[in-house]
Amino acid sequence: MSDEANKGLLSPLRRKLLMGMAAVPAITMLPRASFAQAPATSAVNTTGLAVTDTEVTVGILHSATGTMAISETGSIEAEKLAIEQINAAGGVLGRKIKFIQEDGASDWPTFAEKAKKLLVNDKVAAIMGCWTSASRKAVLPVMEQYNGMLYYPTFYEGLEQSKNVIYTGQEATQQILAGLNWIAKEKGAKSFFFIGSDYIWPRTSNKIARKHVENVLKGKVVGEEYYPLGNTQFNSVINKIKLTKPDVIFTDVVGGSNVAFYKQLKAAGIDLSKQALLTISVTEDEIDGIGGENIAGAYACMKYFQSLDNPNNKAFVPAFKKMWGEKTVIGDVTQAAYLGPWLWKLTVEKAGSFDIDKIAAASPGVEFKGAPEGYVRIHENHHLWSKTRVGRAKLDGQFELIYETADLVEPDPFPKGYQ
Amino acid sequence: MFGDYSLGDLGSIFVMQGFAGLILFSVYVLMALGLAIIFGQMGVINMAHGEFMILGAYVTWMTSNFFQNYLPSLFSGYFFLAMILAFVASGALGMLVEWVLIRHLYKRPLDTLLATWGLSLMLQQAYRSVFGAREVGVELPQWMLGSLHVTDSIEVPINGVFVMCLTVLITIAVAYVMYKSRWGRQVRAVVQNRIMAGAVGINTEKVDRYTFGLGCGIAGVAGSAFTMIGSTGPTSGQLYIVDTFLVVVFGGAASLIGTIASAFSISQTQSTLEFFMSGSMAKVLTLLAVVGILMLRPQGLFALKVRK
Repeated sequence: MSDEANKGLLSPLRRKLLMGMAAVPAITMLPRASFAQAPATSAVNTTGLAVTDTEVTVGILHSATGTMAISETGSIEAEKLAIEQINAAGGVLGRKIKFIQEDGASDWPTFAEKAKKLLVNDKVAAIMGCWTSASRKAVLPVMEQYNGMLYYPTFYEGLEQSKNVIYTGQEATQQILAGLNWIAKEKGAKSFFFIGSDYIWPRTSNKIARKHVENVLKGKVVGEEYYPLGNTQFNSVINKIKLTKPDVIFTDVVGGSNVAFYKQLKAAGIDLSKQALLTISVTEDEIDGIGGENIAGAYACMKYFQSLDNPNNKAFVPAFKKMWGEKTVIGDVTQAAYLGPWLWKLTVEKAGSFDIDKIAAASPGVEFKGAPEGYVRIHENHHLWSKTRVGRAKLDGQFELIYETADLVEPDPFPKGYQ
Repeated sequence: MFGDYSLGDLGSIFVMQGFAGLILFSVYVLMALGLAIIFGQMGVINMAHGEFMILGAYVTWMTSNFFQNYLPSLFSGYFFLAMILAFVASGALGMLVEWVLIRHLYKRPLDTLLATWGLSLMLQQAYRSVFGAREVGVELPQWMLGSLHVTDSIEVPINGVFVMCLTVLITIAVAYVMYKSRWGRQVRAVVQNRIMAGAVGINTEKVDRYTFGLGCGIAGVAGSAFTMIGSTGPTSGQLYIVDTFLVVVFGGAASLIGTIASAFSISQTQSTLEFFMSGSMAKVLTLLAVVGILMLRPQGLFALKVRK
């Protein structure tokens, strides 16, 4: 709003220079000192990215409309918060971050098109974006062809690695194995029933989980079931679960199906305080729709819970709520999305340059000590070292931390013996 | 797969599986009834049917919030009021849509498909703007949660029983209205011959508007009931639309009995197959069977015999 007011006061020449910069007012608020230290643009940007003496442009590319808006909204919010905080702290190499937000509209070709637009027309220095694997797979060739840098927030099935992507979520082994180890040891679990939505992530995750259960834990998988995305009736599979009486129900059901599954599980008289259930697809965000009373007692395997008790998280949660409303909840992926802009800033400052090749080379080893999940570090393979945690769902929709790995877990996107 | 289980176990599982089939049957009938009126009787291909259902779900959510905040002592009964409000809201929206959009398209049934598809996208985005992109959780009174404990191994979901009763009531009401009341006769007269019906003094425009409104209103009640078993979000309506059309088309478009018979056969096939194989495979086989039967009987299971 105040943009308009400011423009009116500027001479036509200045106005032309500033054309296309949305965040004018904050420039005057930046401490002068940071400009004095800012290195010359010609030195930090040799490849024609959208970097000026005072600003650098990045892209945000998520679905704000369509089916996936349910999930991606949190990521958009987290990225905007991170950008605002970075700007308040002096920006990146003395430059304020300005963002251009594009809508992938839950449509994978649209994601590719918008990514190309951001890279070719807007020359953004990095893209924070994508959520589903399908959208990432659509964007990946564009990122590689036009040499961009994508910060991808979602936990996913692995089996991918690119110079042009930093994966700030967990790959499958990082998310699953420690959780399975814990439940096998803690609950003496020997038999597992897998149920998932029918697409690549649950199928790959369950494949890894099955190998681990059978080969490492010497347990048994008594059922493995897949339902089409959007399925709303689970009574038959719930009967099968009752018949096979597994020690653990292991689920990766997603989307609207998730809500139906837990409501029907509860209605069928399966008491999650007695029947162990381990899920890798329910975060605080999903519980909002499922209802705490339907899922209380279930275990979730994640790297972040809103309830984590550490100083970083204690600053992060109130800041997020202040920006987006008291009632919003923060799930695992939302936190991973928050890491994107920060990791990019730290990498740029380590490389002393915005150039994509230099960032890609400088990324391994970059540490972020201010992460709400605790300390994280980028691995050689562009994934993050991070802890695996198990939480137990409570009535109020939050998780209570039950277990966390002692050390950071190494990301292993191409796990040997699990394929 | 049954070798390892005792007879008692198997017996109770078959009973439970029978209930699962019946619940699925009720869900199918409930979601298809509104469409059976709109598509079956009026010939309007209403692709926005799911969005009318979700409007009912959002009304239920708002009612539950209202009761929690202002009338917590009456919370245990809010659901009945919510269903009535859902009927009114979806029905009113339906009548508005009929007046603005549908009435211009009665002679072009295929165009109603495009128009209502567009309408469904607009409604989805409207829900997203008004209620937010995230799903909302509808809180239910305590008595509607959990299950009835019949024996140690047989448990009947209360929400399933609730949906079953509701389905029976609404089906009887619809059957009465369509086949026994004076107004139902007018509806059928308009469907069979619009010009002639007008000539004998039936206000066809009014009949059309109320029929469309009734269909949408029932969709709203269905959406309200489904908050017990499914999700409530801007695009949740899409989860139901394919199955709904499947049931109505398979049953024979203009027949209420057909809709019920088709819901019964599809739900029983699906829930039995689901028990013996994975959910995705069960769906594929059910759809294949439906396609096969429709190839042999293009008019659906039950078709009205009319002179063309």
